[in-house]
Amino acid sequence: MFSYNFHWNQAFKALPQMLDGALVTLQIALLSMAIGLVVALALTLFRLSGNRILNGFATVWVEIARNTPALFQIYMAHFGLGSFGIHLSPYTALLVGIAFNNAGYLAENFRGALKAIPETQTRAGRSLGMTPLQAFRYIVMPQMLRIAFLPATNQMVWAILMTSLGVTVGMNTDLAGVTQALNAVSFRTFEFFALAAVIYYVIAKAVTLAARLAATRMFRY
Amino acid sequence: MIEIENVRKSFGQLEVLKGINLTVQKGEVLTIIGGSGSGKSTLLTCINGLEDIDSGRIVVDGTDVHAKGTDLNKLRRKLGIVFQQFNAFPHLTVLENVMLAPVKVLGQSKAEAEAMAVKQLTHVGLGDKLKVYPSRMSGGQQQRMAIARALAMSPAYMLFDEVTSALDPQLVGEVLDTLRMLASEGMTMICVTHEMKFAREVSDRVAFFHKGVMAEIAPPEELFGAPKDPELKTFLAATH
Repeated sequence: MFSYNFHWNQAFKALPQMLDGALVTLQIALLSMAIGLVVALALTLFRLSGNRILNGFATVWVEIARNTPALFQIYMAHFGLGSFGIHLSPYTALLVGIAFNNAGYLAENFRGALKAIPETQTRAGRSLGMTPLQAFRYIVMPQMLRIAFLPATNQMVWAILMTSLGVTVGMNTDLAGVTQALNAVSFRTFEFFALAAVIYYVIAKAVTLAARLAATRMFRY
Repeated sequence: MIEIENVRKSFGQLEVLKGINLTVQKGEVLTIIGGSGSGKSTLLTCINGLEDIDSGRIVVDGTDVHAKGTDLNKLRRKLGIVFQQFNAFPHLTVLENVMLAPVKVLGQSKAEAEAMAVKQLTHVGLGDKLKVYPSRMSGGQQQRMAIARALAMSPAYMLFDEVTSALDPQLVGEVLDTLRMLASEGMTMICVTHEMKFAREVSDRVAFFHKGVMAEIAPPEELFGAPKDPELKTFLAATH
């Protein structure tokens, strides 16, 4: 039953290729977070706007992003949009799918964070002559981002791991894609994927640690 | 001049202001006393337009606060308000707290705003706390910072809404001293307060609110010395 011979050498030889793939993974994750953050802020403002259409739009986005599989979201970006003549490359589709997911989760993070900020903060800002948008931008948002920062790093880790779903839409330059290609020609499935898993783990841990360090530097109050 | 004409205001079923008439002259210090729920705090938030009114008119220097075309953001620059909660912005240092609105709202340069902020913070006795975050300060210090923050906008009027009510007793004095100082400098002020001794000392006139009605208004020696309204008599007896 346990007669499998490990061939780690093959995997280690491919390490440089896999690390190149890891860079692409990190790039997609970072980009998707940046886009997700901007969209999440917009969705948060939509929810605060008091406009029913904007609020409805934001709610539908958050509901879909959080309650359907990330795999489907990426599929939709690639094959789903393809049905309407919008053809995204695997890279772009993966980026769009993950950014969509990130935005939904981050917007929900922000909503929780907003609950922790007293309404009187906005009142104080308005009393100083600020517009609602100014009060949000200079008083509420910085506090919201601080509260949501560590939960958002979880989303960053999740984004890194979600990039591996790219193989299902033909992505072959990220860590999962490179690993899958190597596996296809060598059949050393266990070795390649075990090594890839270790690389994912190291990236995820490094990001979490970096975020903690950044938090202590950024938030001095 | 602040003119309040027959102002009515309800929250749902509860009518909190039942036709208030009051004029505050430039340079006057008016204090408003009364039990909780008497409508005194609501009146302040109506004056700077944070709350709507149901009927009547509030006119500040000729501008109708609740008229449709009124630019409230602009009007609020001349109406400084300080609340019971200090509302310090926790993510900003004391200096940044005070500089924020002059830079973002008045469009002052950072240097200009900083000079003004340092001046006002020194004025309220916080000149040595410029780089400190509010969480490191006592309630009294945070409240004085809130006063400096309002003053940095160079308001024509200052509204104080029970600014000592959330403070530990030993910290009340430092905040009242700051208010006394402003009064002596000729600032036009409306102070809602529970501090009777303070009201007696600094006020030009004292108004007594009861259940949404201004039951009596008079100079302090008259209002405290010879109260006419029966509710006021009961109130004063209870606070002594």
